[in-house]
Amino acid sequence: MSTDWKALIAVVVVVAAIYIGVEPYAHSQMHPAVPPADFEFKDLKDNKSPSENAKNGKELFANNCYACHGVASDSLPPIMDDETAASAYGVVPPDLSDATFLYSKEFFISFVKNPTEASKLAHKFDGKEKVFPMPNYDWLGNDAIADIYAYLKTLEPKEVSNRQAFVSACARCHDVRYSSITSLTPDKDIEEYMGTVPPDLSTMILSRGGKYLAEFINDPQKHLDGTAMPRVGLSEKAQEKVIAFIEKAGDPKKEERETLGIRFIAFALILSVVAWVWKLKIWREVH
Amino acid sequence: MVKETDNLIDWLDERLAVKKLVKVLMTEYWVPKNVNFLWAMGALLVTLFSVLFISGIVLLMYYKPDVNLAFDSVNYTIMHEVAYGWLFRNVHAVSASVIFLIMYIHMFVGIYYGSYKSGREMIWISGMLLFFIFSAEAFSGYMLPWGQMSYWAAQVITNLFGGIPIIGDSLVVWIRGNFFVADATLTRFFMLHVVLLPVVIMGIIVLHFYSLRVPHVNNQDGEEVDFDKEAEKYMAGKVKEAKVVPFWPVFLSKDFAVISTFLVFFFYLVFFHYSFALDPINFDPADNMKTPPHIYPEWYFLWSYEVMRGFFFDIGPISAFDVGLIAFGFANVAFLLIPFLDKDKSIRPAHKRPLFKIWYILLIVDLVILTTYGKLPPTGTNAYIGFVAASVFILLFVMLPTITRRDAKTKGEE
Amino acid sequence: MSVDKKRRDFSGMLLGGVALVGGASVGYGVKSAWDPLPSVMSAGFTTVDMSKAKAGKLYVVEWRGKPIFILNKNKSSVEDDKREFTIEGNTYSVMIGLCTHLGCIPAYIEKNKKFKCACHGGEFDSNGMQTFGPPPRPLDIPPFKVNGNIITLGEKGEEYNKLTSKA
Repeated sequence: MSTDWKALIAVVVVVAAIYIGVEPYAHSQMHPAVPPADFEFKDLKDNKSPSENAKNGKELFANNCYACHGVASDSLPPIMDDETAASAYGVVPPDLSDATFLYSKEFFISFVKNPTEASKLAHKFDGKEKVFPMPNYDWLGNDAIADIYAYLKTLEPKEVSNRQAFVSACARCHDVRYSSITSLTPDKDIEEYMGTVPPDLSTMILSRGGKYLAEFINDPQKHLDGTAMPRVGLSEKAQEKVIAFIEKAGDPKKEERETLGIRFIAFALILSVVAWVWKLKIWREVH
Repeated sequence: MVKETDNLIDWLDERLAVKKLVKVLMTEYWVPKNVNFLWAMGALLVTLFSVLFISGIVLLMYYKPDVNLAFDSVNYTIMHEVAYGWLFRNVHAVSASVIFLIMYIHMFVGIYYGSYKSGREMIWISGMLLFFIFSAEAFSGYMLPWGQMSYWAAQVITNLFGGIPIIGDSLVVWIRGNFFVADATLTRFFMLHVVLLPVVIMGIIVLHFYSLRVPHVNNQDGEEVDFDKEAEKYMAGKVKEAKVVPFWPVFLSKDFAVISTFLVFFFYLVFFHYSFALDPINFDPADNMKTPPHIYPEWYFLWSYEVMRGFFFDIGPISAFDVGLIAFGFANVAFLLIPFLDKDKSIRPAHKRPLFKIWYILLIVDLVILTTYGKLPPTGTNAYIGFVAASVFILLFVMLPTITRRDAKTKGEE
Repeated sequence: MSVDKKRRDFSGMLLGGVALVGGASVGYGVKSAWDPLPSVMSAGFTTVDMSKAKAGKLYVVEWRGKPIFILNKNKSSVEDDKREFTIEGNTYSVMIGLCTHLGCIPAYIEKNKKFKCACHGGEFDSNGMQTFGPPPRPLDIPPFKVNGNIITLGEKGEEYNKLTSKA
């Protein structure tokens, strides 16, 4: 074997050892793996009901929910404007037009019954000094809440764009400046409510990556123990749309990068062949 | 008086002696024939530096050195708006990282073949100077995107100067231009990155090339070649017999082939595998009130960083911080001193030097360990592994004179 | 001839000397341009009004770009005179909120009255003394001065001197 090949092997072995050490190995040590996203939210119990009485649901909604939540798709604008609501509750309550797209029936029931538990914020809201802005509606019972879900289901839009899914699920708290999205809740209120201004999500896909985001959005406590961010409880398809939006916002050149990448590599391969042909011709004369 | 000329080359030759220049620099600049592809690392480094220079110019047109604007000028304007801006940024970041890989290979080729001694000391010293200035260039450039890693790396590294006795604290404030890493810090490091350091680098590159003229390039067997005699043979047409080849076109043809092949790997990194050079955490905007959970330098500084961190306890009256700093200083000059620590005057590759060969392998293994543990959190056993590896590093350099003297003796006995 | 040479040597050296003075002056000018600006130096002070501070609460203020912890101890007597002082009958501790290990910002756990650093698990008690993990020394105390209910950070006052005095 020529020294060229021996030297090449030595270089490759050492470089590979360094690479494995500082990239995959170090990252596995710094960011231990967590269980994958659980879209059934198995920790939440007693949230089933076959009831689907939308008419009853509409009535229940008007009596119990409309004080805070608007439903634009049923021409029910919110009673308070965003600013007043934010200073009253700390955060703007969501419009529920596409709630059934975002949440499964089971999570919806769990959340309405006990928002603090469903969003995993017991460490933040002890129920005495600090309470979740939305009270527990467990006294309504599973069937009644299922009826409200059925009512909202009749209003669910046929098609929800990635951007719409993101705005409904995240934009009450988070900005995405690079996509001209400003959070509905003013910074001053949200800072008081959360303890910190939630980060702008423009570059999150680059700083965290899709896998982390999927695990994090599904259950923020898994990666950031004690964070003030609630478990939003998105269904799998809603979360996919949200992440697709975040990816487009932070990494819009992905497609261009990948197509161009293939061309650059192909060019370098052709260049190599030509360069080696020339090199061999010249060295044949001197060897 | 100039002669009448009928073509451009002759016209230029009359005025600039271009023909002589091409001879001196290219066609009659002689390089040994007995070399392998590792001798192409120099040309590869020139290529990478040019790539950095050109991509840097493009980035410079849109970058804004201001703590309020820097992050968006990079991550929005350049990455989203400028045509191929993302490509120039990826290329700049990846070549900045890879140029260190090639520099290390270039250095370790020199160490393996003994190309730093017996007349070649200035090649080595100018090369190490380039390494230092490139380190400063890399560090100052890393600050510019003003992300979390930019900010905290700047914070931690500038803090190191606080360890210098008496003037330490005020020196840190002076370097930063503020009590913490702030706008003044960004603008002055911007100046260093785009003007002062590149100019110094180009100057030292010229010196580095010039330092090759007298002692000439080494070869695979450390054989002493009579360059004048061999050059004569070559020019007399005995090209197969001569031990040398001209720089152009023969030597460079091999460089071009190696560089082209390297580009395949390089483009793969630029387009599909760039996060090793563009740390994800740096896509979070800098926040002086929030530290990221893990702070570490870029991979090429990890070994010296770990030599510093390895000493995490006080030794007598000297605090752990200062011990670490002294070790860090040692790590940085250790390689520069190699020509003077090696007491074996004869130039032989490592595989012909029994003890040195072991030393060389141990050094590389130790550096790999230091690099890996330099990135990991320094807690629990990691701290002790770091301490052992750092001690081994220092010990290896302390023992180098003895080892090389022994080798020199055994050779005498052969 | 030799006299001539000497004179030339002398005038040459004189030229070199004068040029050196010019060079050194330029060097001084460049060095001074690197100094922190007057506006930066004068912004090195932060005042905090503690009159409305609540018992047992941690206040975080920014001083010279660093988080400063001001902790109301919810007690009136000083137990550790190296870490605590009183303002109008309330006991306080003031420290720089950067872990002395690698400079992360520890979080205050009100329930256990301790600081916990998320980076490498270091812990400090409410006086800022390290109690667990890698931190090599207690949280640093910034220079401060007390004037009535006002704490001025960046200036050394009587309370600060007491806390940092040896012996």
